[in-house]
Amino acid sequence: MVVTNTIWKLLEEITDPEVPVLSIVDLGIVRAVNEKDNGIEVTITPTYSGCPAMDLIAQQIRLQLSSHGFAPVSVKTILSPAWTTEWMTEAGKEKLRAYGIAPPNPKQQVCTPDFFQQEEAVQCPHCRSHRTHRISEFGSTACKALYRCDDCQEPFDYFKCH
Amino acid sequence: MADDALLLGHRNSEWTGHGPNLEQDIAISNIALDQIGQARNFYQYAALQFNENRNAYAPLLQSPAFRQVSGSIDEDNLAYLRNANEFKNHLLVELNRGDWAFTIVRQFFISAYQQLLYTDLQKGTNKQLAAIAEKSLKELSYHVRWSGEWVIRLGDGTEESNRRIINAVDQLWPYTGELFLPADFQQMAAEQGILTDPASYRQNWLEKIQEAFAQAGLPIPSNNWWQKGGKQGIHTEHLGYLLAEMQYLQRSYPGSVW
Repeated sequence: MVVTNTIWKLLEEITDPEVPVLSIVDLGIVRAVNEKDNGIEVTITPTYSGCPAMDLIAQQIRLQLSSHGFAPVSVKTILSPAWTTEWMTEAGKEKLRAYGIAPPNPKQQVCTPDFFQQEEAVQCPHCRSHRTHRISEFGSTACKALYRCDDCQEPFDYFKCH
Repeated sequence: MADDALLLGHRNSEWTGHGPNLEQDIAISNIALDQIGQARNFYQYAALQFNENRNAYAPLLQSPAFRQVSGSIDEDNLAYLRNANEFKNHLLVELNRGDWAFTIVRQFFISAYQQLLYTDLQKGTNKQLAAIAEKSLKELSYHVRWSGEWVIRLGDGTEESNRRIINAVDQLWPYTGELFLPADFQQMAAEQGILTDPASYRQNWLEKIQEAFAQAGLPIPSNNWWQKGGKQGIHTEHLGYLLAEMQYLQRSYPGSVW
């Protein structure tokens, strides 16, 4: 137990390669840490099926833990239950906002297939206005949508509901 | 399922850097990425099955593609070493990229189908396939909505966009029937409770298509003559060209890595 606590702390130091303000623990993609007879097993889950950061994240986990004396380290990937933005920690959402990315709204309004459905009131991370509009549902990475604020006119990324 | 996802992902990736504007270039590239990710999940699972049950899959592993692989088979071998006749995708996904209207209509037809397929697979008896489906469904809701919205925009847009989308629907419609004609491997999956017969999705699929087409002012074609053969390994000429490009590196420099 002491060992797994230490490992969770070490994992909190690893940041997501695409959103470097978030640790992989904030993001909610670390599912489990287990001490096995033959080493440490860390279980992770992808945010999206095609997330190109997964290989790098697994590599960073192995590197981080082995450089702190935990070896061997195996990283297992599971898909179910599927990751959603609900897995993100509250601390993580605050870090996103401070970084200039709007965190996912708590109520997930657009995860339905209806055409032209809009998320209600995404808050601008810069001026906190709710007068914003979506430019594109697909942004700089698979997990983000592109918005613009109608008050401060700044474009921003929204960590979209998933 | 893996072949459909890979090939359409590849076709969509042909738009990267060529989209009608930056936002839509990024959108179609993101969809391509989702599809290739889904394909990887399926191929990884398939490779595991082949490696763990080599006797059961002996005839398949005798294919020229795998004879050059020493040791266990991986996802890349499945994607990059098989010949056209070993791909079991629907013909719809291998057709050339076409114009934007063609790409949109095809994406909408396939995404609406995949959404029903994965919903079904998620309830099936195979736990790993159900998990892949569960993951993919979250992405599919974005694909269906995005492509459906574009069907409406183009249908209800300018004279030019309307002409182009009607043309795309006419060209693509004969390839949609194959989605609902079960192949022998789909019948086997149905017997094992992994999937239900895909013929059972057709009504729900048509309703989704009708929902968008009604808003787009587009008629549903009435012809029911279908192009088929993809799931039996009999393909259009387009697949050969696609594979020549996609597989070039691994064929020319076997086993090369980044």
